Amino acid sequence: MIPGAFEYHRPGSVDEVVALLTKHGDEGRVVAGGHSLIPMMKLRLAVPTHLIDLGSVADLKNIKAAGSAIEIGAMTTQHDLIASDLLAEACPILREVALTIADPQVRYCGTVGGNVANGDPGNDMPAVMQCLDASFVLKGPGGKRQVAAREFYEAAYFTARKDDEILTSISIPTPAFGHGYAYEKLKRKVGDYAIAAAAVVLTMDGGTCKSAAVALTNVGDTPIYAEAAGQALVGTAVDEAAIAKASAAAKAAAKPAADMRGPQEYKSHAAGVMVGRAIKRALARAKR
Amino acid sequence: MSKIAVKMTVNGQAVEAAVEPRVLLIHFLRENLGLTGPHVGCETSHCGACTVDLDGRSVKSCTVFAVQAEGANITTVEGMANADGTLSALQEGFMQEHGLQCGYCTPGMIMRAHRLLQENSNPSDDEIRMGLSGNLCRCTGYQNIVKAVRYAADKMNGQREAAE
Repeated sequence: MIPGAFEYHRPGSVDEVVALLTKHGDEGRVVAGGHSLIPMMKLRLAVPTHLIDLGSVADLKNIKAAGSAIEIGAMTTQHDLIASDLLAEACPILREVALTIADPQVRYCGTVGGNVANGDPGNDMPAVMQCLDASFVLKGPGGKRQVAAREFYEAAYFTARKDDEILTSISIPTPAFGHGYAYEKLKRKVGDYAIAAAAVVLTMDGGTCKSAAVALTNVGDTPIYAEAAGQALVGTAVDEAAIAKASAAAKAAAKPAADMRGPQEYKSHAAGVMVGRAIKRALARAKR
Repeated sequence: MSKIAVKMTVNGQAVEAAVEPRVLLIHFLRENLGLTGPHVGCETSHCGACTVDLDGRSVKSCTVFAVQAEGANITTVEGMANADGTLSALQEGFMQEHGLQCGYCTPGMIMRAHRLLQENSNPSDDEIRMGLSGNLCRCTGYQNIVKAVRYAADKMNGQREAAE
């Protein structure tokens, strides 16, 4: 499987990338880790005539605390997320999620920016970013703008990013100290996309849930922020009744399509089950 | 499309060539350099038979363009033997523990296990299995591959202790 011919560009700065994208329009594609794009190019499902490699762009590969937020550069790999002490301390759900993505070799290359910007409903990070209420920083010819992860996804492979923009970083409001978190992913084997997966982040005040966010992976055209599922937990003791209510709300929000991973009913049911398991694990981790 | 000059270091040797941008690293290694240790297996980044070490990361060379490896330091299974030509601990482990049958996956297994042991010198069996989860073997059932990596880890740790 040989990709179609293309011209290769290796710019050194974000401004140069934007200039190349502006010049080449929809004939240009950026490549980050390449582990979504290159397989598509080998199948000739993607045939960019100008490939813009982000590998040498300075300042896109970093993880830092910035005031009350965590900033993650778009070229940060899944392996970097797993190895980060800062994230292990401040936002450990990212490590848990990254470890469910693909396999070690792919995680050395695959980037968090590619994972969220590609718009593939099978990708895991988009729902997690919605759960964390992250924002994506986009840079285009008109300058920088920020789009909330909860507003970014329009349809499979269609996002709020314009053709002449690149996603440069992700800004995550630092989750409250002592928050509980979990990502539950049902999959057929290591490295597979989810049949259904759920991200949960919650905080407890004594025995009462103070805040909760729930989001779903691969049970729709886009990641799904299941607002009603989170609301079903807030103000409760997160007992069996509240968990059942949240799971039912998530199941109702799921809009899966039947494919080789199963029929719609099965996937919706699995989404509800994943939410229930994630809530229980998040609760066990939350400080009271 | 015009060719692009690339420079990299492969198994300690400086390499320079002009390649079409669409040439995948696996084809560059096999066809331009004659290094046929890395195998073309699935070509879809699943099987890991094409795994090489690139700047301290295990990568599937079927999913990297040769031009992306500009300036990189690459090791293939051909670069794994000890300097005196004897087998490295990992290679010896695969031999002693019967870690292969047909051998097709072995170069990828060895390269991935090499990086795993660099990052974790004493992995548990579970960690070995997770560490090799991007490499498929259709013969062995994996048990002897895990044993081979364990053998190498024990031998390398023994040598380290003996040196201290």
